[in-house]
Amino acid sequence: MEAMTRTEIRAIVAQHKWRDALFVALGILALAIGILTFVALFVDMAIDGFGRLSVDFFTNFPSRRAGQAGILSAWVGSVAVMIVTAAFAVPMGVAAGIYLEEYAPKNWITDIIEINVTNLAGVPSIIYGLLAFGLFVYGFGLGQSILTAGLTLGLLILPIVILTTREAIRAIPGMIREAAYALGATRWQTVQHHIIPYSMPGILTGIIIGLSRAIGETAPIITIGALTFIAFLPPSPVSMAAPFLSFEWLMSSFTVMPIQMFNWTSRPDPAFQANAAAAGLVLVIMTLSMNALAIVLRYRLRKKLAW
Amino acid sequence: MATQKPSLDAIPIKARVIDLDFHYGDFQALKNVNLPLHDRRVTALIGPSGCGKSTLLRCFNRMHDLYPGNRYDGRIELFPDAIDLLQRDVDPIEVRMRLAMVFQKPNPFPKSIFENVAYGLRVRGIKKRSVVEDKVEESLRGAALWEEVKNRLDDVATSLSGGQQQRLCIARALATDPEVLLFDEPTSALDPIATGSIEELISQLKSRVTILIVTHNMQQAARVSDFTAYMYLGEVLEFGWTDEIFLKPKHKHTEDYITGRMG
Repeated sequence: MEAMTRTEIRAIVAQHKWRDALFVALGILALAIGILTFVALFVDMAIDGFGRLSVDFFTNFPSRRAGQAGILSAWVGSVAVMIVTAAFAVPMGVAAGIYLEEYAPKNWITDIIEINVTNLAGVPSIIYGLLAFGLFVYGFGLGQSILTAGLTLGLLILPIVILTTREAIRAIPGMIREAAYALGATRWQTVQHHIIPYSMPGILTGIIIGLSRAIGETAPIITIGALTFIAFLPPSPVSMAAPFLSFEWLMSSFTVMPIQMFNWTSRPDPAFQANAAAAGLVLVIMTLSMNALAIVLRYRLRKKLAW
Repeated sequence: MATQKPSLDAIPIKARVIDLDFHYGDFQALKNVNLPLHDRRVTALIGPSGCGKSTLLRCFNRMHDLYPGNRYDGRIELFPDAIDLLQRDVDPIEVRMRLAMVFQKPNPFPKSIFENVAYGLRVRGIKKRSVVEDKVEESLRGAALWEEVKNRLDDVATSLSGGQQQRLCIARALATDPEVLLFDEPTSALDPIATGSIEELISQLKSRVTILIVTHNMQQAARVSDFTAYMYLGEVLEFGWTDEIFLKPKHKHTEDYITGRMG
Protein backbone atom coordinates (compact mmCIF):
# COMPACT_ATOMS: atom_id res chain seq x y z
CA MET A 1 0.00 0.00 0.00
CA GLU A 2 1.25 3.45 -0.83
CA ALA A 3 1.63 6.08 1.88
CA MET A 4 -1.27 8.54 2.00
CA THR A 5 -0.69 12.05 0.83
CA ARG A 6 -1.22 14.96 3.17
CA THR A 7 -4.43 15.92 1.37
CA GLU A 8 -5.80 12.41 1.79
CA ILE A 9 -4.93 12.33 5.49
CA ARG A 10 -6.60 15.69 5.98
CA ALA A 11 -9.74 14.52 4.19
CA ILE A 12 -10.00 11.47 6.44
CA VAL A 13 -9.37 13.44 9.63
CA ALA A 14 -11.96 16.03 8.56
CA GLN A 15 -14.52 13.29 7.97
CA HIS A 16 -13.88 11.71 11.38
CA LYS A 17 -14.07 15.09 13.07
CA TRP A 18 -17.41 15.74 11.42
CA ARG A 19 -18.78 12.63 13.13
CA ASP A 20 -17.35 13.87 16.41
CA ALA A 21 -19.18 17.17 15.96
CA LEU A 22 -22.38 15.33 15.06
CA PHE A 23 -22.30 13.37 18.29
CA VAL A 24 -21.61 16.49 20.34
CA ALA A 25 -24.61 18.18 18.69
CA LEU A 26 -26.86 15.19 19.46
CA GLY A 27 -25.67 15.10 23.05
CA ILE A 28 -26.32 18.80 23.57
CA LEU A 29 -29.77 18.46 22.02
CA ALA A 30 -30.65 15.58 24.35
CA LEU A 31 -29.44 17.55 27.36
CA ALA A 32 -31.27 20.68 26.24
CA ILE A 33 -34.60 18.87 25.91
CA GLY A 34 -34.32 17.66 29.48
CA ILE A 35 -33.11 20.88 31.00
CA LEU A 36 -35.35 23.23 28.99
CA THR A 37 -38.48 21.24 29.87
CA PHE A 38 -37.67 21.55 33.54
CA VAL A 39 -36.74 25.22 33.27
CA ALA A 40 -39.96 25.99 31.36
CA LEU A 41 -42.07 24.21 33.98
CA PHE A 42 -40.24 25.91 36.80
CA VAL A 43 -40.45 29.38 35.26
CA ASP A 44 -44.15 28.93 34.45
CA MET A 45 -44.81 27.85 38.04
CA ALA A 46 -42.70 30.72 39.37
CA ILE A 47 -44.62 33.28 37.30
CA ASP A 48 -47.99 31.94 38.47
CA GLY A 49 -47.04 31.36 42.07
CA PHE A 50 -44.37 33.86 43.02
CA GLY A 51 -46.89 36.54 43.94
CA ARG A 52 -48.44 34.25 46.54
CA LEU A 53 -45.19 33.59 48.38
CA SER A 54 -45.14 35.43 51.70
CA VAL A 55 -44.64 34.66 55.36
CA ASP A 56 -48.40 34.23 55.69
CA PHE A 57 -48.40 31.57 53.01
CA PHE A 58 -46.15 29.45 55.22
CA THR A 59 -47.95 30.20 58.50
CA ASN A 60 -51.59 29.92 57.36
CA PHE A 61 -53.71 26.81 57.26
CA PRO A 62 -55.59 26.01 54.05
CA SER A 63 -58.77 28.02 53.72
CA ARG A 64 -61.87 28.28 51.58
CA ARG A 65 -60.68 31.76 50.61
CA ALA A 66 -57.75 31.38 48.23
CA GLY A 67 -56.12 34.63 49.34
CA GLN A 68 -55.86 33.49 52.97
CA ALA A 69 -54.93 29.89 52.30
CA GLY A 70 -51.46 28.70 53.25
CA ILE A 71 -49.36 25.58 53.43
CA LEU A 72 -48.66 25.38 57.16
CA SER A 73 -50.23 21.97 57.70
CA ALA A 74 -48.75 20.70 54.45
CA TRP A 75 -45.11 21.57 55.09
CA VAL A 76 -45.29 20.55 58.72
CA GLY A 77 -46.85 17.27 57.57
CA SER A 78 -44.15 16.75 54.95
CA VAL A 79 -41.37 17.40 57.47
CA ALA A 80 -42.99 15.06 60.03
CA VAL A 81 -43.44 12.29 57.46
CA MET A 82 -39.84 12.73 56.26
CA ILE A 83 -38.56 12.35 59.82
CA VAL A 84 -40.38 9.03 60.18
CA THR A 85 -39.25 7.95 56.70
CA ALA A 86 -35.61 8.70 57.49
CA ALA A 87 -35.80 7.12 60.96
CA PHE A 88 -37.07 3.93 59.36
CA ALA A 89 -35.25 3.75 56.03
CA VAL A 90 -31.78 4.94 57.06
CA PRO A 91 -30.90 2.35 59.72
CA MET A 92 -32.66 -0.47 57.87
CA GLY A 93 -31.18 0.40 54.47
CA VAL A 94 -27.65 1.03 55.69
CA ALA A 95 -27.66 -2.13 57.80
CA ALA A 96 -28.99 -4.20 54.90
CA GLY A 97 -26.41 -2.72 52.52
CA ILE A 98 -23.55 -3.40 54.92
CA TYR A 99 -24.79 -6.93 55.55
CA LEU A 100 -25.02 -7.71 51.83
CA GLU A 101 -21.54 -6.31 51.08
CA GLU A 102 -19.54 -7.36 54.13
CA TYR A 103 -21.26 -10.33 55.73
CA ALA A 104 -23.56 -12.20 53.34
CA PRO A 105 -22.12 -15.47 52.04
CA LYS A 106 -21.85 -15.52 48.26
CA ASN A 107 -24.51 -18.08 47.40
CA TRP A 108 -27.76 -18.32 45.46
CA ILE A 109 -29.90 -17.04 48.34
CA THR A 110 -27.85 -13.84 48.44
CA ASP A 111 -28.12 -13.60 44.65
CA ILE A 112 -31.91 -13.83 44.82
CA ILE A 113 -32.03 -11.18 47.56
CA GLU A 114 -29.81 -8.90 45.48
CA ILE A 115 -31.98 -9.27 42.38
CA ASN A 116 -35.07 -8.56 44.44
CA VAL A 117 -33.65 -5.44 46.03
CA THR A 118 -32.71 -4.10 42.61
CA ASN A 119 -36.19 -4.87 41.28
CA LEU A 120 -37.90 -3.28 44.28
CA ALA A 121 -36.36 0.05 43.29
CA GLY A 122 -38.43 -0.13 40.10
CA VAL A 123 -41.81 -1.06 41.61
CA PRO A 124 -44.42 1.70 40.94
CA SER A 125 -45.03 3.75 44.07
CA ILE A 126 -48.79 3.12 44.07
CA ILE A 127 -48.08 -0.56 44.73
CA TYR A 128 -46.34 0.47 47.92
CA GLY A 129 -49.42 2.53 48.74
CA LEU A 130 -51.68 -0.51 48.32
CA LEU A 131 -49.36 -2.66 50.40
CA ALA A 132 -49.30 -0.04 53.14
CA PHE A 133 -53.07 0.35 53.05
CA GLY A 134 -53.52 -3.35 53.75
CA LEU A 135 -50.55 -3.82 56.06
CA PHE A 136 -50.08 -0.64 58.11
CA VAL A 137 -53.55 0.95 58.02
CA TYR A 138 -55.57 -2.23 58.66
CA GLY A 139 -53.11 -5.04 59.44
CA PHE A 140 -51.23 -3.16 62.17
CA GLY A 141 -54.10 -0.76 62.87
CA LEU A 142 -51.90 2.30 62.49
CA GLY A 143 -54.67 4.22 60.73
CA GLN A 144 -54.19 7.02 58.24
CA SER A 145 -51.42 8.55 60.28
CA ILE A 146 -48.05 10.24 59.91
CA LEU A 147 -46.52 6.95 61.10
CA THR A 148 -48.22 4.99 58.31
CA ALA A 149 -47.12 7.52 55.67
CA GLY A 150 -43.56 7.61 56.98
CA LEU A 151 -43.25 3.83 57.02
CA THR A 152 -44.74 3.59 53.52
CA LEU A 153 -42.32 6.11 52.05
CA GLY A 154 -39.57 4.45 54.07
CA LEU A 155 -40.30 1.15 52.34
CA LEU A 156 -40.38 2.99 49.02
CA ILE A 157 -36.89 4.46 49.39
CA LEU A 158 -35.38 1.46 51.21
CA PRO A 159 -34.02 -0.05 47.96
CA ILE A 160 -32.45 3.30 47.02
CA VAL A 161 -30.69 3.49 50.38
CA ILE A 162 -29.56 -0.15 50.17
CA LEU A 163 -28.23 0.20 46.63
CA THR A 164 -26.33 3.45 47.26
CA THR A 165 -24.90 2.05 50.50
CA ARG A 166 -23.63 -0.98 48.61
CA GLU A 167 -22.15 1.15 45.84
CA ALA A 168 -20.42 3.38 48.38
CA ILE A 169 -18.96 0.34 50.15
CA ARG A 170 -17.82 -1.22 46.90
CA ALA A 171 -15.85 1.94 46.10
CA ILE A 172 -13.59 1.28 49.10
CA PRO A 173 -10.45 -0.47 47.80
CA GLY A 174 -9.97 -4.07 48.93
CA MET A 175 -6.48 -3.25 50.18
CA ILE A 176 -7.87 -0.89 52.83
CA ARG A 177 -10.12 -3.67 54.10
CA GLU A 178 -7.21 -6.13 54.05
CA ALA A 179 -5.06 -3.66 56.00
CA ALA A 180 -7.63 -3.64 58.80
CA TYR A 181 -8.05 -7.41 58.85
CA ALA A 182 -4.28 -7.96 58.74
CA LEU A 183 -3.97 -5.96 61.97
CA GLY A 184 -6.33 -8.39 63.67
CA ALA A 185 -9.57 -6.44 63.35
CA THR A 186 -12.82 -8.39 63.51
CA ARG A 187 -15.46 -7.91 60.84
CA TRP A 188 -17.44 -5.55 63.01
CA GLN A 189 -14.34 -3.52 63.92
CA THR A 190 -13.54 -3.22 60.22
CA VAL A 191 -17.10 -2.12 59.47
CA GLN A 192 -17.30 0.29 62.38
CA HIS A 193 -13.85 1.90 62.04
CA HIS A 194 -13.43 1.82 58.27
CA ILE A 195 -16.31 0.72 56.08
CA ILE A 196 -18.94 3.04 57.60
CA PRO A 197 -16.78 6.18 57.86
CA TYR A 198 -15.29 5.79 54.37
CA SER A 199 -18.62 5.07 52.70
CA MET A 200 -20.45 7.83 54.59
CA PRO A 201 -20.32 10.42 51.77
CA GLY A 202 -21.96 7.98 49.36
CA ILE A 203 -24.47 6.76 51.95
CA LEU A 204 -25.50 10.32 52.86
CA THR A 205 -25.99 11.13 49.21
CA GLY A 206 -28.20 8.08 48.80
CA ILE A 207 -30.26 8.99 51.86
CA ILE A 208 -30.86 12.54 50.66
CA ILE A 209 -31.65 11.48 47.10
CA GLY A 210 -34.08 8.94 48.54
CA LEU A 211 -35.73 11.51 50.80
CA SER A 212 -36.03 14.02 48.00
CA ARG A 213 -37.83 11.36 46.00
CA ALA A 214 -40.09 10.57 48.96
CA ILE A 215 -41.04 14.18 49.66
CA GLY A 216 -42.62 14.52 46.23
CA GLU A 217 -44.48 11.19 46.28
CA THR A 218 -48.24 11.57 46.04
CA ALA A 219 -49.74 8.29 44.88
CA PRO A 220 -48.92 6.09 47.90
CA ILE A 221 -49.99 8.83 50.31
CA ILE A 222 -53.33 9.20 48.59
CA THR A 223 -53.74 5.43 48.58
CA ILE A 224 -53.32 5.16 52.33
CA GLY A 225 -55.96 7.90 52.62
CA ALA A 226 -54.27 11.09 53.71
CA LEU A 227 -56.78 13.92 54.12
CA THR A 228 -56.70 16.72 51.62
CA PHE A 229 -57.96 19.44 53.94
CA ILE A 230 -56.22 19.71 57.28
CA ALA A 231 -56.57 22.86 59.35
CA PHE A 232 -54.65 21.74 62.42
CA LEU A 233 -51.13 20.70 63.33
CA PRO A 234 -50.12 17.34 64.81
CA PRO A 235 -49.60 17.43 68.61
CA SER A 236 -46.26 18.93 69.57
CA PRO A 237 -43.50 16.37 70.21
CA VAL A 238 -42.15 18.41 73.15
CA SER A 239 -43.95 19.97 76.06
CA MET A 240 -43.02 21.99 79.13
CA ALA A 241 -44.55 19.49 81.52
CA ALA A 242 -43.35 15.95 82.25
CA PRO A 243 -42.71 13.69 80.40
CA PHE A 244 -41.63 16.49 78.02
CA LEU A 245 -41.52 14.19 74.99
CA SER A 246 -44.60 12.91 73.27
CA PHE A 247 -45.04 10.64 70.30
CA GLU A 248 -48.75 11.35 69.86
CA TRP A 249 -47.93 13.24 66.66
CA LEU A 250 -47.08 9.94 65.01
CA MET A 251 -50.74 8.89 65.12
CA SER A 252 -52.10 12.24 63.93
CA SER A 253 -53.82 12.62 60.59
CA PHE A 254 -51.95 14.87 58.22
CA THR A 255 -51.49 16.22 54.75
CA VAL A 256 -48.29 16.74 52.75
CA MET A 257 -47.14 19.27 50.15
CA PRO A 258 -47.97 17.35 46.98
CA ILE A 259 -51.45 16.49 48.28
CA GLN A 260 -52.12 20.11 49.17
CA MET A 261 -51.08 21.01 45.63
CA PHE A 262 -53.25 18.29 44.15
CA ASN A 263 -56.20 19.55 46.19
CA TRP A 264 -55.76 23.12 44.99
CA THR A 265 -55.27 22.24 41.32
CA SER A 266 -58.61 20.41 41.34
CA ARG A 267 -60.51 23.58 42.33
CA PRO A 268 -62.17 25.67 39.64
CA ASP A 269 -61.26 29.07 41.12
CA PRO A 270 -58.10 30.34 39.29
CA ALA A 271 -56.89 31.95 42.53
CA PHE A 272 -56.34 28.45 43.89
CA GLN A 273 -54.27 27.62 40.81
CA ALA A 274 -51.88 30.37 41.89
CA ASN A 275 -51.74 28.76 45.35
CA ALA A 276 -50.96 25.41 43.75
CA ALA A 277 -48.18 26.97 41.68
CA ALA A 278 -46.72 28.64 44.77
CA ALA A 279 -46.83 25.36 46.72
CA GLY A 280 -45.22 23.60 43.75
CA LEU A 281 -42.48 26.20 43.72
CA VAL A 282 -41.81 25.58 47.40
CA LEU A 283 -41.77 21.81 46.87
CA VAL A 284 -39.33 22.02 43.93
CA ILE A 285 -37.06 24.33 45.88
CA MET A 286 -37.16 21.91 48.83
CA THR A 287 -36.18 19.02 46.57
CA LEU A 288 -33.47 20.98 44.78
CA SER A 289 -31.96 22.18 48.04
CA MET A 290 -31.87 18.62 49.34
CA ASN A 291 -30.04 17.54 46.19
CA ALA A 292 -27.69 20.51 46.50
CA LEU A 293 -27.01 19.51 50.11
CA ALA A 294 -26.23 15.98 48.92
CA ILE A 295 -23.72 17.32 46.40
CA VAL A 296 -22.05 19.64 48.91
CA LEU A 297 -21.81 16.92 51.57
CA ARG A 298 -20.41 14.42 49.14
CA TYR A 299 -17.86 16.86 47.84
CA ARG A 300 -16.72 18.01 51.27
CA LEU A 301 -16.55 14.56 52.83
CA ARG A 302 -14.86 12.97 49.82
CA LYS A 303 -12.13 15.56 49.84
CA LYS A 304 -10.87 14.05 53.10
CA LEU A 305 -10.77 10.54 51.64
CA ALA A 306 -7.98 9.41 49.37
CA TRP A 307 -6.30 6.11 48.79
CA MET B 1 30.57 -13.96 52.23
CA ALA B 2 30.31 -17.65 52.87
CA THR B 3 32.62 -17.64 55.86
CA GLN B 4 31.73 -18.75 59.36
CA LYS B 5 28.03 -19.36 58.83
CA PRO B 6 26.38 -21.25 61.65
CA SER B 7 24.97 -24.57 60.58
CA LEU B 8 21.27 -24.39 59.72
CA ASP B 9 20.39 -26.62 62.64
CA ALA B 10 21.99 -24.20 65.07
CA ILE B 11 19.60 -21.34 64.28
CA PRO B 12 16.31 -21.54 66.11
CA ILE B 13 13.17 -21.93 64.00
CA LYS B 14 10.37 -19.37 64.34
CA ALA B 15 7.91 -21.03 62.01
CA ARG B 16 7.79 -24.05 59.80
CA VAL B 17 5.61 -24.81 56.80
CA ILE B 18 4.90 -28.53 56.61
CA ASP B 19 3.43 -30.34 53.58
CA LEU B 20 1.27 -27.36 52.61
CA ASP B 21 -1.15 -27.57 49.69
CA PHE B 22 -3.36 -24.62 48.89
CA HIS B 23 -6.35 -24.43 46.55
CA TYR B 24 -8.20 -21.44 45.09
CA GLY B 25 -11.40 -23.29 44.22
CA ASP B 26 -10.25 -26.00 41.81
CA PHE B 27 -6.86 -24.44 41.17
CA GLN B 28 -3.98 -25.77 43.21
CA ALA B 29 -1.68 -22.83 43.88
CA LEU B 30 0.73 -24.47 46.33
CA LYS B 31 2.03 -28.03 46.13
CA ASN B 32 3.58 -29.79 49.09
CA VAL B 33 5.45 -26.75 50.35
CA ASN B 34 7.98 -27.24 53.14
CA LEU B 35 9.86 -24.22 54.41
CA PRO B 36 11.48 -23.13 57.67
CA LEU B 37 11.56 -19.50 58.88
CA HIS B 38 14.61 -18.99 61.02
CA ASP B 39 14.21 -16.84 64.09
CA ARG B 40 15.10 -13.16 63.57
CA ARG B 41 16.39 -13.73 60.07
CA VAL B 42 15.09 -12.52 56.74
CA THR B 43 13.76 -15.16 54.38
CA ALA B 44 13.06 -14.11 50.79
CA LEU B 45 10.59 -15.82 48.47
CA ILE B 46 11.55 -15.44 44.83
CA GLY B 47 10.27 -16.94 41.61
CA PRO B 48 8.46 -16.03 38.39
CA SER B 49 5.01 -14.37 38.43
CA GLY B 50 2.24 -16.75 39.40
CA CYS B 51 4.56 -19.19 41.16
CA GLY B 52 2.67 -18.85 44.43
CA LYS B 53 5.01 -16.60 46.46
CA SER B 54 2.31 -14.20 47.58
CA THR B 55 -0.16 -17.04 48.06
CA LEU B 56 2.29 -18.72 50.43
CA LEU B 57 2.95 -15.46 52.29
CA ARG B 58 -0.78 -14.85 52.74
CA CYS B 59 -1.22 -18.34 54.22
CA PHE B 60 0.85 -17.27 57.23
CA ASN B 61 -1.71 -14.71 58.42
CA ARG B 62 -4.74 -16.55 57.00
CA MET B 63 -5.65 -13.73 54.58
CA HIS B 64 -7.18 -16.36 52.31
CA ASP B 65 -9.90 -16.88 54.93
CA LEU B 66 -11.38 -13.53 53.85
CA TYR B 67 -12.48 -14.97 50.52
CA PRO B 68 -14.70 -17.96 49.84
CA GLY B 69 -13.55 -21.12 48.09
CA ASN B 70 -10.00 -21.29 49.44
CA ARG B 71 -8.61 -24.40 51.09
CA TYR B 72 -5.46 -25.10 53.07
CA ASP B 73 -4.13 -28.64 53.59
CA GLY B 74 -1.03 -28.98 55.68
CA ARG B 75 0.42 -27.09 58.58
CA ILE B 76 2.29 -23.93 59.45
CA GLU B 77 3.71 -24.29 62.94
CA LEU B 78 4.59 -21.17 64.88
CA PHE B 79 7.13 -21.52 67.69
CA PRO B 80 7.80 -21.43 70.62
CA ASP B 81 4.30 -22.79 71.31
CA ALA B 82 4.22 -24.96 68.16
CA ILE B 83 0.65 -23.89 67.38
CA ASP B 84 -0.61 -24.80 63.89
CA LEU B 85 -1.70 -21.50 62.32
CA LEU B 86 -3.87 -23.23 59.75
CA GLN B 87 -5.87 -25.36 62.13
CA ARG B 88 -9.58 -24.77 61.84
CA ASP B 89 -10.07 -24.07 65.54
CA VAL B 90 -7.33 -21.43 65.53
CA ASP B 91 -9.06 -18.11 64.93
CA PRO B 92 -7.48 -16.19 62.01
CA ILE B 93 -7.82 -13.01 64.11
CA GLU B 94 -5.59 -14.56 66.79
CA VAL B 95 -3.08 -15.43 64.05
CA ARG B 96 -3.12 -11.89 62.64
CA MET B 97 -2.48 -10.48 66.09
CA ARG B 98 0.86 -12.34 66.15
CA LEU B 99 1.97 -11.96 62.51
CA ALA B 100 1.81 -8.52 60.90
CA MET B 101 1.80 -7.77 57.19
CA VAL B 102 3.02 -5.02 54.89
CA PHE B 103 1.39 -4.92 51.47
CA GLN B 104 2.52 -4.40 47.91
CA LYS B 105 1.04 -0.92 47.61
CA PRO B 106 1.17 1.38 50.61
CA ASN B 107 -2.33 1.18 52.09
CA PRO B 108 -2.62 3.64 54.96
CA PHE B 109 -6.12 4.30 56.24
CA PRO B 110 -7.50 7.72 55.24
CA LYS B 111 -7.07 8.79 58.86
CA SER B 112 -4.35 10.72 60.68
CA ILE B 113 -0.77 9.47 60.83
CA PHE B 114 -1.22 8.91 64.57
CA GLU B 115 -4.47 6.97 64.13
CA ASN B 116 -2.85 4.72 61.52
CA VAL B 117 -0.04 3.63 63.81
CA ALA B 118 -2.35 3.36 66.82
CA TYR B 119 -4.93 1.27 65.01
CA GLY B 120 -3.50 -2.12 65.96
CA LEU B 121 -3.59 -1.06 69.62
CA ARG B 122 -7.14 0.20 69.25
CA VAL B 123 -8.18 -3.17 67.84
CA ARG B 124 -6.66 -4.80 70.90
CA GLY B 125 -8.63 -2.52 73.18
CA ILE B 126 -5.61 -0.55 74.44
CA LYS B 127 -6.96 2.94 75.14
CA LYS B 128 -4.64 4.50 77.73
CA ARG B 129 -3.44 7.68 76.04
CA SER B 130 0.12 7.65 77.40
CA VAL B 131 0.64 4.00 76.44
CA VAL B 132 -0.67 4.59 72.93
CA GLU B 133 1.42 7.75 72.46
CA ASP B 134 4.60 6.02 73.58
CA LYS B 135 3.97 3.06 71.33
CA VAL B 136 3.22 5.28 68.31
CA GLU B 137 6.48 7.17 68.80
CA GLU B 138 8.46 3.97 69.32
CA SER B 139 6.97 2.39 66.19
CA LEU B 140 7.53 5.47 64.04
CA ARG B 141 11.14 5.59 65.23
CA GLY B 142 11.43 1.89 64.45
CA ALA B 143 10.22 2.61 60.92
CA ALA B 144 12.64 5.56 60.56
CA LEU B 145 9.76 7.96 60.04
CA TRP B 146 9.54 9.77 63.40
CA GLU B 147 11.77 12.73 62.53
CA GLU B 148 9.79 13.42 59.36
CA VAL B 149 6.31 13.29 60.89
CA LYS B 150 6.68 14.15 64.59
CA ASN B 151 5.25 17.64 64.04
CA ARG B 152 2.37 16.55 61.85
CA LEU B 153 0.94 13.46 63.54
CA ASP B 154 -2.61 14.75 63.02
CA ASP B 155 -2.20 15.20 59.27
CA VAL B 156 -4.00 12.70 57.08
CA ALA B 157 -1.70 9.80 56.21
CA THR B 158 -2.39 10.02 52.48
CA SER B 159 -0.63 13.41 52.42
CA LEU B 160 2.69 11.57 52.82
CA SER B 161 4.85 10.51 49.87
CA GLY B 162 4.67 6.90 48.66
CA GLY B 163 7.87 5.89 50.46
CA GLN B 164 6.76 7.58 53.67
CA GLN B 165 3.37 5.88 53.40
CA GLN B 166 5.05 2.49 53.15
CA ARG B 167 7.21 3.24 56.18
CA LEU B 168 4.03 4.32 57.96
CA CYS B 169 2.50 0.94 57.10
CA ILE B 170 5.60 -0.71 58.57
CA ALA B 171 5.23 1.39 61.74
CA ARG B 172 1.57 0.37 61.88
CA ALA B 173 2.63 -3.28 61.65
CA LEU B 174 5.36 -2.84 64.30
CA ALA B 175 3.11 -1.12 66.84
CA THR B 176 1.68 -4.40 68.05
CA ASP B 177 5.07 -6.13 68.49
CA PRO B 178 4.47 -8.90 65.96
CA GLU B 179 6.52 -12.08 66.13
CA VAL B 180 6.76 -12.31 62.34
CA LEU B 181 6.59 -9.54 59.73
CA LEU B 182 5.29 -10.50 56.31
CA PHE B 183 6.29 -8.27 53.39
CA ASP B 184 4.48 -8.73 50.09
CA GLU B 185 6.66 -7.01 47.45
CA PRO B 186 6.85 -3.93 49.67
CA THR B 187 8.85 -1.80 47.25
CA SER B 188 7.27 -2.63 43.91
CA ALA B 189 5.30 0.63 43.91
CA LEU B 190 8.21 2.80 45.08
CA ASP B 191 11.05 4.72 43.44
CA PRO B 192 14.70 3.60 43.93
CA ILE B 193 15.40 6.01 46.80
CA ALA B 194 12.31 5.00 48.77
CA THR B 195 13.15 1.37 47.98
CA GLY B 196 16.62 1.88 49.42
CA SER B 197 15.27 3.24 52.69
CA ILE B 198 12.78 0.36 53.05
CA GLU B 199 15.54 -2.19 52.43
CA GLU B 200 17.75 -0.54 55.03
CA LEU B 201 14.83 -0.66 57.44
CA ILE B 202 14.27 -4.36 56.83
CA SER B 203 17.93 -5.05 57.61
CA GLN B 204 17.57 -3.13 60.89
CA LEU B 205 14.32 -4.81 61.86
CA LYS B 206 15.62 -8.34 61.68
CA SER B 207 17.35 -8.00 65.02
CA ARG B 208 13.87 -7.75 66.57
CA VAL B 209 11.54 -9.77 64.40
CA THR B 210 11.47 -12.69 61.99
CA ILE B 211 10.85 -11.49 58.44
CA LEU B 212 9.42 -13.19 55.37
CA ILE B 213 9.57 -11.11 52.20
CA VAL B 214 8.20 -11.76 48.74
CA THR B 215 10.15 -9.96 46.07
CA HIS B 216 10.47 -10.05 42.31
CA ASN B 217 13.70 -8.14 42.53
CA MET B 218 16.76 -10.45 42.61
CA GLN B 219 19.10 -7.74 43.86
CA GLN B 220 16.71 -6.96 46.65
CA ALA B 221 16.58 -10.59 47.73
CA ALA B 222 20.38 -10.73 47.63
CA ARG B 223 20.70 -7.48 49.58
CA VAL B 224 18.23 -8.00 52.40
CA SER B 225 17.79 -11.71 52.99
CA ASP B 226 19.70 -14.36 54.89
CA PHE B 227 17.76 -17.21 53.33
CA THR B 228 16.07 -17.56 49.98
CA ALA B 229 13.42 -19.93 48.72
CA TYR B 230 13.01 -20.27 44.99
CA MET B 231 9.45 -21.12 44.00
CA TYR B 232 8.22 -22.41 40.68
CA LEU B 233 4.66 -23.46 39.76
CA GLY B 234 3.52 -23.65 43.36
CA GLU B 235 6.49 -25.61 44.66
CA VAL B 236 9.56 -24.60 46.62
CA LEU B 237 12.30 -25.91 44.32
CA GLU B 238 15.20 -24.78 46.39
CA PHE B 239 15.87 -23.29 49.81
CA GLY B 240 19.10 -22.27 51.45
CA TRP B 241 21.43 -19.49 52.48
CA THR B 242 20.88 -16.60 50.10
CA ASP B 243 24.51 -16.43 48.96
CA GLU B 244 24.51 -20.15 48.22
CA ILE B 245 21.30 -19.92 46.22
CA PHE B 246 22.69 -17.03 44.21
CA LEU B 247 26.25 -18.26 43.77
CA LYS B 248 25.79 -21.98 43.36
CA PRO B 249 22.16 -22.89 42.83
CA LYS B 250 21.54 -26.62 42.80
CA HIS B 251 18.70 -26.49 40.29
CA LYS B 252 19.03 -25.51 36.66
CA HIS B 253 15.69 -23.72 37.01
CA THR B 254 16.89 -21.55 39.87
CA GLU B 255 20.02 -20.66 37.98
CA ASP B 256 18.08 -19.73 34.84
CA TYR B 257 15.76 -17.51 36.81
CA ILE B 258 18.46 -15.80 38.82
CA THR B 259 20.62 -15.14 35.81
CA GLY B 260 17.64 -13.74 33.90
CA ARG B 261 17.31 -16.46 31.29
CA MET B 262 13.76 -17.07 32.48
CA GLY B 263 11.23 -15.02 34.28
